[in-house]
Amino acid sequence: MPQPERNGASPTPAIAVRDLVKNFDEVRAVRGVNFEVALGEVFGFLGPNGAGKTTTINMLCTLAKPTSGAATVAGHDVVTERDDVRRNIGLVFQDPTLDGYMTAQQNLKLHAELYGVQSDLVVPRMRQVMEMVGLWDRKDTVVGTFSGGMRRRLEIARGLMHSPRVLFLDEPTIGLDPQTRRSIWSYIRELKEREEITIFMTTHYMDEAEWCDRIAIMDHGQIVALDSPETLKAQIGEDRVTIHTQDDQAAITALAQQFGIEARISEGAVTFGVPAGEEFVPRLFAQLGVPIRAVNVSRPTLDDVFMSHTGTTIRDAEEDQSKHRNRVMMQMMSGGRR
Amino acid sequence: MSTTVDRVREAGPQPPSRPDVVRVSVPKRSFWSELRAIKIVWRRELIRFRADKLRMVTSLVQPLLFLFVLGAGLQGLARAGTHGVALKTFIYPGILCISVMFTAMFSAASIVWDREFGFLREMMVAPVRRSSIVIGKCLGGATVAGFQGLLIICLAGLVHVPYTPLLILGIFGLQLLLAFAITAFGVMIAVRIKQMQSFMGVMQMIVMPMFFISGALFPVAGLPRWLAVLNRLDPLTYAVDPMRRLVFAALTIPPAAKRILDSGVTWFGWRVPGLLEAGMILLLGLVMLSIAIWEFSATE
Repeated sequence: MPQPERNGASPTPAIAVRDLVKNFDEVRAVRGVNFEVALGEVFGFLGPNGAGKTTTINMLCTLAKPTSGAATVAGHDVVTERDDVRRNIGLVFQDPTLDGYMTAQQNLKLHAELYGVQSDLVVPRMRQVMEMVGLWDRKDTVVGTFSGGMRRRLEIARGLMHSPRVLFLDEPTIGLDPQTRRSIWSYIRELKEREEITIFMTTHYMDEAEWCDRIAIMDHGQIVALDSPETLKAQIGEDRVTIHTQDDQAAITALAQQFGIEARISEGAVTFGVPAGEEFVPRLFAQLGVPIRAVNVSRPTLDDVFMSHTGTTIRDAEEDQSKHRNRVMMQMMSGGRR
Repeated sequence: MSTTVDRVREAGPQPPSRPDVVRVSVPKRSFWSELRAIKIVWRRELIRFRADKLRMVTSLVQPLLFLFVLGAGLQGLARAGTHGVALKTFIYPGILCISVMFTAMFSAASIVWDREFGFLREMMVAPVRRSSIVIGKCLGGATVAGFQGLLIICLAGLVHVPYTPLLILGIFGLQLLLAFAITAFGVMIAVRIKQMQSFMGVMQMIVMPMFFISGALFPVAGLPRWLAVLNRLDPLTYAVDPMRRLVFAALTIPPAAKRILDSGVTWFGWRVPGLLEAGMILLLGLVMLSIAIWEFSATE
């Protein structure tokens, strides 16, 4: 069982990325990213929608050609050794890619045939991966009748059919209920223990990122932070204080004047970081001069890590983006061609 | 099926009963692995066709309408011109062709469905050549359409076409060839199209004119000049004609009727031999298959 190597590169990392860039016409989706993923690691890519996570994953999976830069997966170049990469990776996409007219078993068998899995091992392997996700007794059910959670589990099983060395999961838990999300994470942990596999996943759920060995935070096509969740949180070194006030703008001004603290409004509340939160609260009440309705002090979370690196929370970042998208769409609709 | 059981399963899967891990490996690409890929893509088309019982029934409706409703309804009008040959007998080869054609186009449309429902991606990222996927699709579509043709062939007796082995074999072979060529044609179009609605539109725009101009419903001799030119350019003409020849060769009818109804396709007065016509269909099928492969390989 290879242990993840935190620092320093192993001779052949599972994934190595150098100055990877991808442009779509005007849009610079990925702006030169560098990272390595060690064998056996669970590596998370964290960022709001549109940060370039999926584009990066597509390049690593040979589905998109990099504009510039290079990447190797399982020791093979994603551009020049496309087939070798494909033989060694398993993929679970964000959007479903199962054939709803076929049974679970037929879907997995088709996959095994396409990948050229040894015929005598197809059924035992299929049984194993389907048992792992708890679908073996549903193997003869037509996939079209499966729930969203069952489909995702079947896709994970299928991605493992050919014993890939690297498994890519693009938002594996998006749109699923908390219970199914938990069970998917239990498979991922189980996988890590049983198989010699490296897992590369993207997510925009902060709580899930905690499960990764290391995470890279991506924003606007660049990696802004990369380390283990614990280290990233420790680097913050500050507690997060959130206050609800009568006048948020006045509170921000007062915080700057009285304490020299730079605060911002996030998710409807004034938010800032201070080294010792609990001790700061009495001073806050005494000196702020703006009535405070509620106060909350918390230890740093990955949300704070994200905030300290990007200046916004992941939810706000997504809200801004959807607002921007809406605006662009409105412009297109009103000013577009008839 | 009980919902509570489902919910329990959904919530907490049991730990696997086999602790030993079955490890498999993916071999390097070879001729055999490509063959295996072609075979599974072909088999998927059959599995899906078999699962879709409704499609088998509905796709029979159109040819039956043409043969028996149109055939019987226009019989009175046509009697003078057909020298006693039933109209349904005359249009039988043409109807067989279009029935195969529609089924083949529909099979090809599955590429568009696959794209819309994401399954295409599963095939695109597999370590196989794109050409294997296209070939498997074309063979699968041809098989399904061929099966559809077989059903129509079974109806031959009802339109007074005798079940002689040579005739049946000849028709079967020709319709299989047509099924392959049309599927290749459909795949060639489908590869470029992202939405089912557009594909259906394009199909209507191409298939209906091809069908009407081909002479499936009328003799190709003595047409107005513009129509004669279009007719000779329509590939389907060269599938209908040899099939009609085979059918009429097996019928015992007056020579006058034969001359009018089975006049054959001519180029500047030269009657095009049946084998050449079949060869043209095959060649067209192969050319379109190559274009489809080329297009499919070019997509990212």
